[in-house]
Amino acid sequence: MITQFLEQLPALVIVLPLMAAPVCVLLHRATLAWLVYLITAWACFAIAFLLFVQVKVGGPISYAMGGWPPPFGIELRLDALNVVVLLLVTGIGALCSVYAKASVAVEIARERVYLFYAALLLCLCGLAGITVTGDAFNLFVFLEISSLASYGLIAMGTKRRALLSAFQYLIMGTIGGTFLLIGIGFLYMMTGSLNMADIAQRLPAVAHTRTVEAGLAFIVVGASLKFALFPLHVWLPNAYTFAPSTASVFIAATSTKVALYALIRFLFTVFGAAYAFDRLPLGEVLIVLSVAAMLSASLAAIFQTDVKRLLAWSSIAQIGYIVMGFALASPAGITASVAHIVNHGIIKGALFMAAGALFWRMRSVSLNDIAGLGRSMPWTSAAFVVAGLSLVGVPATGGFISKWLLLEAVIAPGRYWLAAAILVSSLLALIYIWRVVEALYFRAAPEGRVALGEAPLSMRLATWTLVLANIALGIYATPLVQAAERAATSLLGSGA
Amino acid sequence: MNETWLAWLVAFPALMSVAVAACGRWPNLRETVSVATAVLLFAGIAWLGGPVVDGARPSVTLLEVLPGIGLTFTLEPLGLLFALVASGLWSLTTIYAAGYMRGNAEHAQTRFFVFFALAISAAIGIAFAGNLVTLFIFYEMLTLSTYPLVTHHGDTESRNGGRVYLGILLTTSIGFFLPAIVITYLVSGSVTFTDGGLFADAGLGVLGAGALYMLFLYGTGKAALMPFHRWLPAAMVAPTPVSALLHAVAVVKAGVFIVLKLSVYVFGVDYLAATGASVPMMWVATITVLGASLIAMTRDNLKARLAYSTVSQLSYIVLGATMASKLGILGGGMHIAMHAFAKITLFFCAGAIYTATHRKHVSELDGLGYAMPITFSAFFIASVSLAGIPPMGGIWSKWYLMEGAADGGHNAIILVLAISSLLNIVYLLEIPTRAFFYNPRPDTPRHWQEAPLACVIPLSITAAASIVWFLYPLPFLQLLAPWAPQ
Repeated sequence: MITQFLEQLPALVIVLPLMAAPVCVLLHRATLAWLVYLITAWACFAIAFLLFVQVKVGGPISYAMGGWPPPFGIELRLDALNVVVLLLVTGIGALCSVYAKASVAVEIARERVYLFYAALLLCLCGLAGITVTGDAFNLFVFLEISSLASYGLIAMGTKRRALLSAFQYLIMGTIGGTFLLIGIGFLYMMTGSLNMADIAQRLPAVAHTRTVEAGLAFIVVGASLKFALFPLHVWLPNAYTFAPSTASVFIAATSTKVALYALIRFLFTVFGAAYAFDRLPLGEVLIVLSVAAMLSASLAAIFQTDVKRLLAWSSIAQIGYIVMGFALASPAGITASVAHIVNHGIIKGALFMAAGALFWRMRSVSLNDIAGLGRSMPWTSAAFVVAGLSLVGVPATGGFISKWLLLEAVIAPGRYWLAAAILVSSLLALIYIWRVVEALYFRAAPEGRVALGEAPLSMRLATWTLVLANIALGIYATPLVQAAERAATSLLGSGA
Repeated sequence: MNETWLAWLVAFPALMSVAVAACGRWPNLRETVSVATAVLLFAGIAWLGGPVVDGARPSVTLLEVLPGIGLTFTLEPLGLLFALVASGLWSLTTIYAAGYMRGNAEHAQTRFFVFFALAISAAIGIAFAGNLVTLFIFYEMLTLSTYPLVTHHGDTESRNGGRVYLGILLTTSIGFFLPAIVITYLVSGSVTFTDGGLFADAGLGVLGAGALYMLFLYGTGKAALMPFHRWLPAAMVAPTPVSALLHAVAVVKAGVFIVLKLSVYVFGVDYLAATGASVPMMWVATITVLGASLIAMTRDNLKARLAYSTVSQLSYIVLGATMASKLGILGGGMHIAMHAFAKITLFFCAGAIYTATHRKHVSELDGLGYAMPITFSAFFIASVSLAGIPPMGGIWSKWYLMEGAADGGHNAIILVLAISSLLNIVYLLEIPTRAFFYNPRPDTPRHWQEAPLACVIPLSITAAASIVWFLYPLPFLQLLAPWAPQ
C-alpha cells in the first residue's frame, strides 16, 4: 500500500494542483479557495520532499505516465538535478500560501480571489510539470500552462498598467514558447522521438546536420526569453513590478529558475555538454551575455525608484550568475549554477515578500513612500536588510555560498576577468540594496503620516522563514552543495 | 579536539545582547548586565585560554559550512592576545559608555548596548577563527554590527559617514578578501590556519604570492592601509565610546590581527622571508605610517586627529607582519596591546572633554588642563606611550619592531619608525601642551570641571596600564613566546 502510494508520487505532484485549480473555481469563495491552495501547496511540498529523499537514497526515478513505457508514453523522470528544483518550487509555493491570504485580501477584489488561487495552482502545476517531465513535448505543454497562468496572475495587479505588462509578457513569452516548440520539432524531425533520454541516444548519429544545430539555437533562444537572459529581458521588470505581491513572490522565485532548469536539461541531458559547448561556441556566447546581464542590470537597478522594479532588475543580473555557471560546462560551474538557483530563489522570494509587506502597508513601494518605515516595521525591514545582504554575498548567508562556488568555478580555469565581473556586480548590488535600506532607516517619514504598525503576522512569518532558510544555507551549506554536486555529476555523466 | 567552550565564549556576548535588549526599560540593570557580561567574558577567556601559553591549541568544529570547510574555532597565542585585549577593554568601555551616553543624554541607548555586545561577539569570533571562512564570516559580522553604532545619530552626517564606512569595508572584503580566500583554497587545497603556512610547496611563485598577499591585505580593509583608510576618519561620526572601543581597539585591531594571522598561519613567516612576497605591502605600510601622521597634523578636530593617528599606528603592526621576521610578529603583536591601551585612553579623554565642555577641536583646548587635570594627564601619558618613549609600554613594541626590521634586513624601516615617533610627538603632545601651558581662552573654566566619574575612572585605569606595561611587559612576552627571542 505504502510503496504503491510512493510510486505514484511523481504524477501526484502535477495532478494534485491540476485538479485543485478547478475545485477553486467551483468553490468560488475566497477563503475556501485559499484553503484549497494551502492544502495542495503543502501536500506538493511534502511530496517533493519525499521524492528528494527517494532520489537521494535510491537514485533516479522513472515513472511511466498512464503505464505506457517510454519512449512511447510520457516519462516522468526525477534525478539529482530536478528534485532540488522541485523542492524549491513547491517550497516557495507552500510558503506563498501562508503569505498570500493577507496580501491578496488588500490587492484583489474579493469576488475574483478564487480565480487568483486557481491561476496560482495552475502555475504551480505547470512549473512542477516542467521540472519532473522527461518528455520534450510535454515540457513545452507544461511551459505553456505555467505561462498562461502567469499572464493571468500578472494581469490581476492593482494598477491598470498590470494589464499592459501582462500583455507585453504574453507577446514575449509566446515567442519564447514558440521558439522552444520549433526547436523541439526539429529534434523530433531528426530523431523521431520526444523522450529526452531517447533523443539523447539518437542524436549523435545526426548531430552534424544543420537541422539539429538550428534546433539547439531555437531552444536556447526560446528558453532564454523565458528566463529573461540579457538582452531578452525587457518583459521582466514590468511583469514583476505590476503583478500582485504574492504573484511577484511566486513568479520571481520560481518561474525563471524553472526555465533555467529546462535549458540546463536540454543542453546537458539532450544535446550533451560535448556537443553544445565543445563543437559549438555556445559557452562563450552565454558567458558574454551573462556578464552583460550582471553588469548592465545591476547598474539599471541602482537607478530605480520603485522597490519591486529594483528587485526585478536585480533578478535579471542574478540570472547572469546562474547562466555563467553552467555556461562554463564544468562540474564546479554547474554546481554553482544549481546552488544559486536555490539560493536566489530563496533570497528573491524573501525580498519580494518584504516588498509585498511594505506594499500591504503603504499601497506603494516607491522609495519616497517607504521612507522611514524602518521604525514602524522593524521585522519586515530587517528581513529586507538580511536578504539584501545575501544578494551582495555577505558570509553566513546563502548568497555567499553561491558566490564562493561561482568564484571557485571561474578562478580554477584562470578566468580572472569573470571573477572581477562577479565581484563588481556584487558591489553594485550593495549600492542598490543600500538605497532601500537608507530610505527605510534614515529618511524621515513624510509629513502627516500617522504612526503605522507592522505587516500581519502571517506575512512576516513567511518572510522570516525564507530569511532563516537563507541563513541556514549560509552556515550549513554542505547538504545543498552536495546535492548540487550530485546534479552536476549526473548531468555531465549522462552527456553524449 | 572538542572544546565547545570556544564556541560558547564567542556566542556569550551575542546571547547576552538579548538580555540587554530585554532590560531596556531599566537602564541601571541593563548596564549591570553589560558590564557583568564583559567581565565574565574576559575572565572566561583568561581562565580557559591559559593552557594556550603552554602550547595547547584547543579547537572545535561546529558544522561544515562547505564540504571540507568547517565553522571552526581554534585558539592560538595571537588570537588569545587579541581576545583578551578586546574583551578586557570592553569591560572598561562599557562603564565609560554608561557615563558618556547618560552624560550626553543620547537616544536609543538600548540599541547601542545591544549592537555593542554583538560587535564584541564578532571580534571574539575573529580572534578564535580556525580557518579563513570562519574568519570571514565574523569579519563581515563585525562590519555590519558596528554600522548601526557608527550611524547612531541618524542624521545626514552619520548617514554619509556610514556610507563610506560600509562602502569601503564591504567593497574591500568582498572585492579582494573573498577571491583571495577562494584562490588560496584552489592553490593549496585548504583554508585552515596552519603553522608554517599553506603555500610551502604549492608552487605559487613569487609574483603570485606577492599578488595574493596584496589581495589579502587590501581585502582586510579594517587594517586601514592607504588608499583604503578613509572609512576610519568617516567612522568618527559615531559617539565617542564607539570610536574608543571599535575604532581604537576591536575593529581596527581585528584588521591588523588578521594581517598578522595571515602572515603567520597562511603564508608563514619563513615563506614570506624566502620569497619577499610581503615587501611591496611593507612599503605601502611605510607610506601609510608617514602619510597618515602628516594628515593628522593638519586636523583640528580632535577625533579626526586621533583617527589619522590610528591609521598611522595600525601600519606599525602591518610593518611588523610584512618585515617577515619573528621579532616583527612579536613587535606587531605587542603593539596591538600597547596601541589599544594608549589609543583607547586618548579617545576616552576626547569623549570626557566633550562631555564636560562640549569642545571638539584642538584649538579650543588652550588652558583647559587646570579644569581637567586628570584627563589631560592621562592624555599625556598615552601620547608618550604612542610615541614610544619610556617609561611607557609603547617603547617595548617599538623596540621589537625595530629589532625585527634589523633582523629582516630592512634598515630603512628603523628610520621610518624613528621619524614617525617624532611626528607623533608633534601632533599628539601638542594637545596636553596647549591644555597646560597656553593661556586659557576667556570662556575656559578655571575651576575643577572633570567629566562624570564613570568616564574618568576608566581613562585613569587605561593610562595607568600603559605605565604598568613598561615595568612589567612579561605577560606579553610569555603569550607571544613562539616569536620571542630565546
